[in-house]
Amino acid sequence: MRLFLHQLRAEQKLFWRSRELAFFTFVLPILFFLLLGSAYGDDEINGVSGYEYLLAGMIGYGAASTTFAGLALLLVIRRESGVLKRLRATPLPPATYVAAVLASIILIFLVEAVILLAIGRFAFDVPLAGSIASLVVVLLIGAASFAALGIGLTALIRSAEGSSAVVNALYLPLSFISGAFFSKDTFPEVLQTLAAILPLSHLIELTRDVMVFDDTVWDHLGNVAVVVAWGLAGLVVAVRGFRWEPRER
Amino acid sequence: MNAVEVKGLRKSYDGVEAVHGIDFELRTGEVFGLLGPNGAGKTTTVEILAGSRKRSAGQVSVLGTDPAQADRAWRGRIGVVPQTGELFPNLTVLEHLDLFAGYYEEPRPPKEVLELVGLEEKAGAKTRTLSGGQRRRLDLGVALVGNPELLFLDEPTTGFDPSARRAAWETIRSLRALGKTILLTTHYIEEAHRLADWVAVLRRGEIVASGTPADLIAQAPATIIRYRRNGREVVLETEEPTRTLHELTGQALRDGFDLAGLEVHRATLEEVYLSLTEEPPE
Repeated sequence: MRLFLHQLRAEQKLFWRSRELAFFTFVLPILFFLLLGSAYGDDEINGVSGYEYLLAGMIGYGAASTTFAGLALLLVIRRESGVLKRLRATPLPPATYVAAVLASIILIFLVEAVILLAIGRFAFDVPLAGSIASLVVVLLIGAASFAALGIGLTALIRSAEGSSAVVNALYLPLSFISGAFFSKDTFPEVLQTLAAILPLSHLIELTRDVMVFDDTVWDHLGNVAVVVAWGLAGLVVAVRGFRWEPRER
Repeated sequence: MNAVEVKGLRKSYDGVEAVHGIDFELRTGEVFGLLGPNGAGKTTTVEILAGSRKRSAGQVSVLGTDPAQADRAWRGRIGVVPQTGELFPNLTVLEHLDLFAGYYEEPRPPKEVLELVGLEEKAGAKTRTLSGGQRRRLDLGVALVGNPELLFLDEPTTGFDPSARRAAWETIRSLRALGKTILLTTHYIEEAHRLADWVAVLRRGEIVASGTPADLIAQAPATIIRYRRNGREVVLETEEPTRTLHELTGQALRDGFDLAGLEVHRATLEEVYLSLTEEPPE
């Protein structure tokens, strides 16, 4: 436990000090919420106010950008620069290290979600109708699943140079077609089908239903199942393919 | 008591053998120099001993334990300075030492480590602002902060200028004086000569010579004679320098040619090393 907290503190310091990573993964969803909210927050989208629609979308986008993209980038860079290999040679247990990295990124996502909710509540007057407990459960399920996918993704990325291109090419289109920024009702059928298969649209719907309509997690087990299934798939790839060593040069 | 015992160690990568069954021992409290050109298998060997790479065959005991079965306690007793690899660019020197100190049961106080590696003045500097030599000293500091009994230094001075190299040698000597056992790899013959109690020369995954630095010189051809004739350099190795030289000069006088730049000297360690590690001509 002492080691876990020691590493968690270090992880927090490392995240906030790498400005680029913190900006792209943490700040950007907040900026988009302010920007898009002032652009079409007063419209009605899919039966809810634009603000409500966007708030859920930006929380989902935040999960994808911090716990998926951010975590994948951070781990690939550490692996390829030899840091992971060096940590492995110390008495720090690998499980403690991974747990601290996960806890750190999930904590960062939760802080981001709280900021988004606060902006929604105080700047855009979005009432928080649903139960907080259900919302927390949804956010944790989303964060854990996307983090597992993020670690799984590191197994498929070979070099640090190409990592941000690969990661951006995945999570940005994912966020668009999952309806994080605007309604996907006008999208071509192919994209809507794709969105229904991918986990992010389900996480966003879950968040919205719990937040706006006072539903509980139990009312939407289908959505939960899709998100968790993707998380488990990520976990399998992560466990099989995770490497501590950089690629041989 | 041996800190390291290696018997018949082999390692293959995708069917290609990089280490062909090597044997050696490292006595506690000594400095062992694994000397060889790039690609000889030095890093592979160190990584296997330090528990970060699996071997293909052979027996390895490090501090009485098989590194392939290493546990936390064992990892706490060794320190590794890898040949390549970075640290966290956004952490300061002291933050790195504090971070790594936290991983060990009985760390050496980070302030002491700063002094040991000569980075007191850079304690608050971010790693990305350090020079190459300073980074290498931080690598050493990070390996020392756990207060290890056994240190693996993989090419600790490659890329250093001569004065930085001498400073690093002083640090390594002071570590030996603290009672550390050290395995160091290098392709600098002088480094092995100056620092090591025992040297093993590795060439293409095989140990081609080993002994104290003095032993290695003693194995060499006794005397080397060099001169130039018609603009071409001639090198003779001989066990009987008096006779060879007499015949050579006699022939030169008789036939009336000059032995330009004539030189007679004992083989240096460098020449021994080169003769051992040179690739045979195609």
